[in-house]
Amino acid sequence: MTELTQRDRLQIPRQEMPAQAPLVRRGNFDEVALGFTEEMARQEAQRCLQCARPHCVEGCPVGVLIPEFILALRNGDMVGAVRAMKVKNGLPAICGRVCPQEVQCEVRCVLARQGEPVAIGRLERFVGDYELARRMCPLERHPATGKQVAVVGSGPAGLTCAVDVAREGHKVTVFESLHSAGGVLVYGIPEFRLPKRVVHGEIDYAAECLGIETRTDHVIGRIFTLSELLEEYDAIFMGTGAGLPSFMRIPGINYNGVMSANEFLTRVNLMKGYRFPEYDTPVKVGKRVAVIGAGNVAMDSARCSLRLQTLQAQQDGGEPGEVHIVYRRSPAEVPARVEEFHHAEEEGIIFDFLTNPVEILGGEKGNVCGMRCIRMELGEPDESGRRRPVAIAGSEFEMAVDTVIFALGTSPNPLVFVDAEGLERAKHGTVVADQETGRTTMPRVWAGGDVVTGAATVVSAMGAGKAAAADINRFLRGESEPW
Amino acid sequence: MYKILHKEVLSDVTKLLVVAAPAVARKARAGQFVIVRIDEQGERIPLTVADYDREAGTITIIFQEVGKTTMQLGALEPGDELATFVGPLGHPTEIENYGAVVCVGGGVGIAPMYPIARALKEAGNTVLSIIGARTRNLLFWEDKMRAVSDELIVCTDDGSYGRKALVPEPLKELLEQRGGEITRVWAIGPAIMMKFVSLATQPYQVKTIVSLNTIMIDGAGMCGGCRVLLEEGAQFVCVDGPEFDGHKVNWDNLLARQQFYREQEQQAVREWEHKCRLEGALEKGGA
Repeated sequence: MTELTQRDRLQIPRQEMPAQAPLVRRGNFDEVALGFTEEMARQEAQRCLQCARPHCVEGCPVGVLIPEFILALRNGDMVGAVRAMKVKNGLPAICGRVCPQEVQCEVRCVLARQGEPVAIGRLERFVGDYELARRMCPLERHPATGKQVAVVGSGPAGLTCAVDVAREGHKVTVFESLHSAGGVLVYGIPEFRLPKRVVHGEIDYAAECLGIETRTDHVIGRIFTLSELLEEYDAIFMGTGAGLPSFMRIPGINYNGVMSANEFLTRVNLMKGYRFPEYDTPVKVGKRVAVIGAGNVAMDSARCSLRLQTLQAQQDGGEPGEVHIVYRRSPAEVPARVEEFHHAEEEGIIFDFLTNPVEILGGEKGNVCGMRCIRMELGEPDESGRRRPVAIAGSEFEMAVDTVIFALGTSPNPLVFVDAEGLERAKHGTVVADQETGRTTMPRVWAGGDVVTGAATVVSAMGAGKAAAADINRFLRGESEPW
Repeated sequence: MYKILHKEVLSDVTKLLVVAAPAVARKARAGQFVIVRIDEQGERIPLTVADYDREAGTITIIFQEVGKTTMQLGALEPGDELATFVGPLGHPTEIENYGAVVCVGGGVGIAPMYPIARALKEAGNTVLSIIGARTRNLLFWEDKMRAVSDELIVCTDDGSYGRKALVPEPLKELLEQRGGEITRVWAIGPAIMMKFVSLATQPYQVKTIVSLNTIMIDGAGMCGGCRVLLEEGAQFVCVDGPEFDGHKVNWDNLLARQQFYREQEQQAVREWEHKCRLEGALEKGGA
């Protein structure tokens, strides 16, 4: 192929992501976005202008070598593309699916100024999937150092840290409280957005290459404390996330049918409740579901509810029902990833903006039968910079619902802090850690991801895991100051 | 995987398993629980620790076959393995010398009551125990309970063994006779029994500790499915309990929440029994 001019490149439209049609996908849990074909990926890669000073990379929390991998991809050098990717990111098939690219790399793409940015996320996913299927470039590790590192939590932060520390030749053991590694990637994010074969594929591949041992069923704080781990390991990284659900402080939260998004999504995703009775864990939604909140977790909960309703209706021939997202702010403040918001709208989720529940109502057998809500309006900006929602007096009304799912954000699980003397925590229960290095106030203990920031994104947790791994590696080489 | 080393059939529907889990056994204390999952398709269920042996590295669990998972668990034999065995979870029982205490174990609740009664006895308490069950063949561990109790009252609902009574009855008598002496009551058993024990002790204002067994998934604070309403608001059984002051528990809410998946639970049992019958028929046919 002759080299294209910049003008040629600007003429190429951004490649659309093939996806299951909304009416089809609301009746299954299969992946919605189907992925680029090789031809589409090559075509999309042609759009990249290979900027001398690529701003896209600045937006990436792990600093993926974006122009390099795209260039290799467009030249048909898949090995080169995978290599370039893996310099910074050991889990590209995951990131390509769940990163909010529109506020990270793609928003900074020079093409975004006049049109549509290069679809960096979709290309990343393509490269990740390509490698996962072929295993061309296994991660390599340095000779064994004899040093041992414990990683607590096998979510995005822990996995990223484990990979980077193991590459240095240190022996890494990952402790996971659930029966499957992956943290929020397996219990939280649904199959239709992030297939579990992708998560397990990436984790197993990295673990095999780097000799990482994963011990599931280990609740740190109970079976071992951090202090006990310090006796055996040279360093500890805490990537325990923010796993504690919050409920609103309103009457009625304990009626049957009221649950946390954590419980609902864990039943659906980790326990495969949507395949009951083939899988033993039941999951139940009614005909009128209200999800409270509008972040990614809320979108996931709403879209899982819709699928369960549709499957139920297919079975019993009834009407599928309705799923509402109840959010106290307006569409402009929706914190979810743009693509998830769109997908939810396409699938027929009903959005009740500027609405806030004030009481959950119970009926027969202690089951939820309704929700009293109040209308809101936006006032002055609050400390988050978003306009503060204010209740409109006298605007209360009742909504008939039989299922209420709270998706209001989460906080760190305090179990891990049992006997962790000297480990300083901030007011919301998060761990105090140095932003650059991830060092906590407890010697030889690092932390990163949601346990430090509170609930955030997969890739910011990966960035924190990466930064901490770099400092752990320096520390274990004896190149940095001790505490 | 966690290997089953030993099995005892305590009644038609009550089984005991000794499971190899050295790290769990090293830390386990009376009052704590484990989360068990049988296989890849299995659900996660909480079971209270009935005993532990730190040297042998084992945990003993006792369960009654009430649903598909416990029926499947009861069909396992030594040498079989469990996919998941997480623990020890929850707070251990606060063991002190309280003076005279009453330990009430109902049905399968006798199992978790035993290590608590033993620990209370070891701490110097006068231990008065009451164990009860619906009928004779659901009773077990009378000898073990007797060995750690100063007095033991045994009753059955139908009078087929011991005294014909529900456990709150002898409890009330003990409180009448030795009211000033008894400073604490423990009750473990079906929720409805714990409710009536709590109601029985309320007029005497004797602190009553109950161990709740609610629906759970992770058992470590993540799902919140186990929440129980107390006077002061909702708490998580898995991390705030499993023991609570029985006088503060909203029992009606607890009982309602236990019924939420009833329909699915019944469906799972039907399909399990159907599968067992089919396999039984196949084996017969093959032989």
